[in-house]
Amino acid sequence: MRILKSRAVRAVTAALAVGMIATGCASERGKDGDKGGDKDTFVFAGAGDPGSLDPALASDGETFRVTRQAFEALLEHESGGSKLVGGLAETWSSNPAGTVWTFNLRKGVKFHDGEAFNAAAVCANYDHWFNWTGTYQSSAVSYYWQSIMGGFKKNEDKEAPKPNYKSCTAKDENTAVIEVHEPSANLPGGFSLQALAIHSPKAVKEYEKQAASGKGDAITYPKYSQEAGTVAGTGPYKIVKWNKGNKEVSLERFDDYWGDKAKVKNLVFRTIATEEGRRQALQAGDIDGYDLVSPADVKTLEKEGFQVPTRDVFNIFYVGMTQEKNPALKKPQVRQAIAHAIDRENIVKTQLPEGGKAATQFMPDTVAGWSDKVPTYPFDTNKAKQLLAAAGESKLKIEFCYPTEVTRPYMPAPQDIFELMKSDLEKAGITVTPKPMKWAPDYLDATEAGACALHMLGWTGDFNDGYNFIGTWFAEYDKQWGFKDPAVFSAVTAASKETDPAKRVEAYKAANEKIMAYLPGLPISSSPPAIAFGKNVNPPKVSPLTQENFAEVSFK
Amino acid sequence: MLRLVVRRLLQLIPTLLGLSVLLFLWLNRLPGGPASAILGERATPTEVARINRALGLDQPVWVQYGRFLKRIFQLDLGTSTKTGQPVWDEFALRFPATVELSIAAMLIAVVVGVPLGYLAAKRRGGWLDVASVSGSLLGICVPVFFLALILKGIFAVELGIFPSYGRLSTGIDATEVTGFAILDGVLTGELDAAWDAIVHLVLPAVTLSSIPLAVIVRMTRASVLEVLGEDYVRTAESKGLEKSVVRVRHVLRNALLPVVTAVGLLTGSLLSGAVLTESVFAFGGIGSFIKDAIDARDYPVLVGFIMFIAMVYVVINLLVDLAYSLIDPRVRVN
Repeated sequence: MRILKSRAVRAVTAALAVGMIATGCASERGKDGDKGGDKDTFVFAGAGDPGSLDPALASDGETFRVTRQAFEALLEHESGGSKLVGGLAETWSSNPAGTVWTFNLRKGVKFHDGEAFNAAAVCANYDHWFNWTGTYQSSAVSYYWQSIMGGFKKNEDKEAPKPNYKSCTAKDENTAVIEVHEPSANLPGGFSLQALAIHSPKAVKEYEKQAASGKGDAITYPKYSQEAGTVAGTGPYKIVKWNKGNKEVSLERFDDYWGDKAKVKNLVFRTIATEEGRRQALQAGDIDGYDLVSPADVKTLEKEGFQVPTRDVFNIFYVGMTQEKNPALKKPQVRQAIAHAIDRENIVKTQLPEGGKAATQFMPDTVAGWSDKVPTYPFDTNKAKQLLAAAGESKLKIEFCYPTEVTRPYMPAPQDIFELMKSDLEKAGITVTPKPMKWAPDYLDATEAGACALHMLGWTGDFNDGYNFIGTWFAEYDKQWGFKDPAVFSAVTAASKETDPAKRVEAYKAANEKIMAYLPGLPISSSPPAIAFGKNVNPPKVSPLTQENFAEVSFK
Repeated sequence: MLRLVVRRLLQLIPTLLGLSVLLFLWLNRLPGGPASAILGERATPTEVARINRALGLDQPVWVQYGRFLKRIFQLDLGTSTKTGQPVWDEFALRFPATVELSIAAMLIAVVVGVPLGYLAAKRRGGWLDVASVSGSLLGICVPVFFLALILKGIFAVELGIFPSYGRLSTGIDATEVTGFAILDGVLTGELDAAWDAIVHLVLPAVTLSSIPLAVIVRMTRASVLEVLGEDYVRTAESKGLEKSVVRVRHVLRNALLPVVTAVGLLTGSLLSGAVLTESVFAFGGIGSFIKDAIDARDYPVLVGFIMFIAMVYVVINLLVDLAYSLIDPRVRVN
């Protein structure tokens, strides 16, 4: 017994000793935060890992958040707003037909690898994208190029879109001219996208040596896009390390930056997938800020002294009505009844963070083309009942799909919102069959395939053009909505083809009015997404497009 | 002994083949696919069809299976549809974290669990016994996820004693040699990095150890109680052998046999517990990666992972049998 006792005692003592040392050491860490009190490093947490260090290969916000600090596009949005301003191009113009775009480039700009920025560099990038072959032509890789510029020099897939990009010419050192075949509603907004940010021509040459490979059954992203080293942009930060194991991308201030230098030397993006985890990491002092704040946490964080600015609204949340799934939805009165039955103000009041707005059309009021003359459908249960009776659908039964385990910037608590809508619809005499589904891929697949009579979804804009919202859904037949109405489709398409900006805005207004008269679904709300920062941080201007510039961040 | 090892390893082949067929059929029946996970809200039927074609998912399941088998024979697990990187590379990057976490959790469970179970049995009915039995019941009942949140809430958020997430602090520039953060720190002489890794490991390891700890305490206790009543223990005691010799050589050695088996099986199951623990602590191991893979219908990763786990189980079982024969010569197969 003596031996065992002494062994046991030794083991316990050793464990305690380790524990105490750990505690002591960690307490020291806790006092200063993870960064050891240094004000040289700003740590920001997102919800997902970036997919690639080359934004041209990406289509997700988490990737763009990181790359946006290192790569700049020809145009950008004003800090904290949605107005298009010069980026790497100081000024820009197009011919009246909207097919020739001339960019007067900023002088004295250097890439992170020492190369000079000029018109040839711009063309090297655009030609590089246009000449993509093989796996790069998959929309899983080049989604944004294809949605803005169409297909490639040589389309290898017959389903690939028709190329709209024609050429890029370096007229002189500081003038680049990009030509397209047809005017597009995606221009000039598309020139501001991270996916079309300009990389150093030397880096582009390296990129070209490393084709994305596909063995027929998979897409392998090229090596350069997975580790810092080759990629080089012109932004205020350069990417120095991507530690995938520790879920962390490290950036360092670029001292030769042409504009205002970044205030904090090191910028680190870390991935913490859960909302709860990000909040706790901020409260524990382990990070200096995070995105995708749950609306339920905003008040708690503010009370604790954290800064939780909300962005201007630039998203739309809607209920889709799939006419082909439930024939009753083909009757306009039924769609109108559903619209009257749902109390949107109540959803905004109880479910959205402060600053949320009930929607009257399929775009937020911050987008040019929003109309104040659209037909509206105010909350009125009795009217809903009357409309249903008039349509002969007093005993309407309808399936309503909603996603679980997800929050989106436009839809903070899907299940709670669904419950409110269900109860509203039932008050109007509609029997709702709930169909909860896992967000990805089940729910997204089901809604996209038109498998849900009613469903809820939304959209955050990429740039300030009406087509980026209504064009996404109503330019042509889409299974999600399951209807064919030439008047709606042609109104949206015509607006996108209008090259005069003022006339285009008017055309979008008219299209919105047509859409809301037809009522293919019900726009519910626009919600201001919140972002959180530590107490000792001077945050950047928050952007409605979630395009924060972290070079503006400093410590108090 | 060698024959046993070889035979057991050969048994892996039909096991893995059978498993791969079941997996393929199961994945094929799951709703959805990777395309809409890649495209999110932007998915349109045309885009989804194009991606499915690019990934070969539009082909019959037997064609996909044939392609998979062909790859496997070339020791290639394919490419993750989510990250676009070879599955082996992704595993190599993340396994060290999970292995480190599992070893730490198992160490806590064994080092604390065996003595506690032994003492509880020796002092049956005493306060220590009551406390460890009820404590272990709690350990089994409380979900790992919940425990993780509580521990994090208290020790990371409220008290600030331990970090709330990750494997290493920001700013710790550790050189990677093996991928095992603690070992690398020691090997390269970067002791601050090794220490930082240990500090980051404490809360997740304690969380993950809760179930094995509880099981080991209860099994050791029950097993020691059983052995204490055996004739040979009484005989040894009556022969006048020193008490410590009886306790270690007769009681503990025999009582540990079922515990060793349990440790083996628990080690395998730790990997599934790691999925939740790693998610809560954003630990960057294979657990959280698998969770993401399920959400993204990342078939190559899922198939590769499950096959790998099956392999780990077989190997652990083999090790358990070998350990068994070391502890108790009677069960030596040869």
